[in-house]
Amino acid sequence: METLLSIIFIYILVDNFVLQRFFGICPFLGVSRKMETAIGMSMAVIFVMTMATLVTWLLYTFVLDRFNLQYLQIVTFILVIASLVQLVETTLRKISPTLYQGLGIFLPLITTNCAIMAVALLAVREEFAFIEAVVFGVAASLGFSLALVIMAGIRERLELANIPDVLQGSAVTLITAGILSLAFQGFRGMLTL
Amino acid sequence: MTIRYEVNLGVQIIYAIISLGLIGLVFGVLLSVAARIFAVKVDPRVDKIKDVLPGANCGACGYAGCVQFAEAVVRGEVNPSGCIPGGTETEKNLAAELGQEIAETEPVVATVFCIGDNEKAADLFLYDGVEDCAVAERFYGGFKACGYGCLGLGNCVRVCPFEAIEIGSHGLPVVDQAACTGCGLCVNACPRDLIKTLPRRSNQGHLVLCSSHERGKTVSKACSVGCIACRACVKACPREAIDMDEKLAVIDIDKCDDCGECVSVCPPVTIYPRTAIPEKLADVENRPGVAAASEDGS
Repeated sequence: METLLSIIFIYILVDNFVLQRFFGICPFLGVSRKMETAIGMSMAVIFVMTMATLVTWLLYTFVLDRFNLQYLQIVTFILVIASLVQLVETTLRKISPTLYQGLGIFLPLITTNCAIMAVALLAVREEFAFIEAVVFGVAASLGFSLALVIMAGIRERLELANIPDVLQGSAVTLITAGILSLAFQGFRGMLTL
Repeated sequence: MTIRYEVNLGVQIIYAIISLGLIGLVFGVLLSVAARIFAVKVDPRVDKIKDVLPGANCGACGYAGCVQFAEAVVRGEVNPSGCIPGGTETEKNLAAELGQEIAETEPVVATVFCIGDNEKAADLFLYDGVEDCAVAERFYGGFKACGYGCLGLGNCVRVCPFEAIEIGSHGLPVVDQAACTGCGLCVNACPRDLIKTLPRRSNQGHLVLCSSHERGKTVSKACSVGCIACRACVKACPREAIDMDEKLAVIDIDKCDDCGECVSVCPPVTIYPRTAIPEKLADVENRPGVAAASEDGS
């Protein structure tokens, strides 16, 4: 139980995937303009990341590891992630066309979101047990969502702020992301596994 | 994690193929089931239009990707011409798919409506601030005596993505007619609204190159080539193509047939044929109509 709680704490705050490990920067900057799409993207990533970790862990342990096919892990994981993203896309298209529209090109781009691949690979490398791996997936995706939502909140305010011409657009966004990352640096070393 | 080598290579390869194939198969089946369950009826036109588009998902149209643009086209939100990288070729194909006539978007070209350059239009004071028309405009209403004239600090030049406009030696922006795409960015960039886009149409028509709505007396004090609202051109025009708009003569280029009557009667020489705009600033005096007019005036 203690391990699970520390995994949650570590991968949401201390080792935040976006702000500390710099995974998934593309959607982080791409869909953080509006809170609504940011939350939608977070939900999609939470689903895909959790499912991906779960499925890849199972596949790795019971298929790849069993038959000595560890070298196939990246190919297999890509297959899993791509399928999951496709699944989310088809589902979302039916259930919430608005969100589907809002996420636009970033939805299929979850496939190439390195954060998800990283979670799948790290879960194996850290030799997590099944439950730990799943919790790790949830925590990492929550960390991603946290970063995305904070960023969206800031950017919505920035829209109204009086920003000097030179900083407008991506400049101020990147600076904001940097400062946000620095802020999360405060959690560094607070807890390790 | 250590790789065990107790199985031989051939078996290993077969395992690899089988397991990866099976995983792929399982996901494939899952996905096709999901696609059945969550099937959405898509307008078949969207697919067709998507195929015509370049498919670069560049986002230049303002939509997230080509599919979104295709949907917008089907909904009638945007013109097929909205796909910038596709150009006219794509536009034609799109229109064909939609069974529409191509809405001929008439090519336009930017034109600067001011010829009060450094020599002709007086300055009120020496401006030493930021090289930006909008800033200068805010600073006591600009440094030019004429409150409507071009400040020549080049906001239009900086905003042009095609390098089609530049500040000439006389301090006024000159539009390179060939390079101008009529995108209209300079129109919005000019704080004094001196730039307008006009239909290209073989450059036909004459123009009153002044934007001042001031009284004639005020204009002639500030600028030697401003429209003084004397109405001479209005009377001279045989086709009634010229009208007064708040003390400024405006020529309707649709009616104008380039007879040039107005050029010779204009006392400050403010009217030019459109064909002469690019070079007019270099050799104003060499133009026959202009030369005659200045002789008449003096």
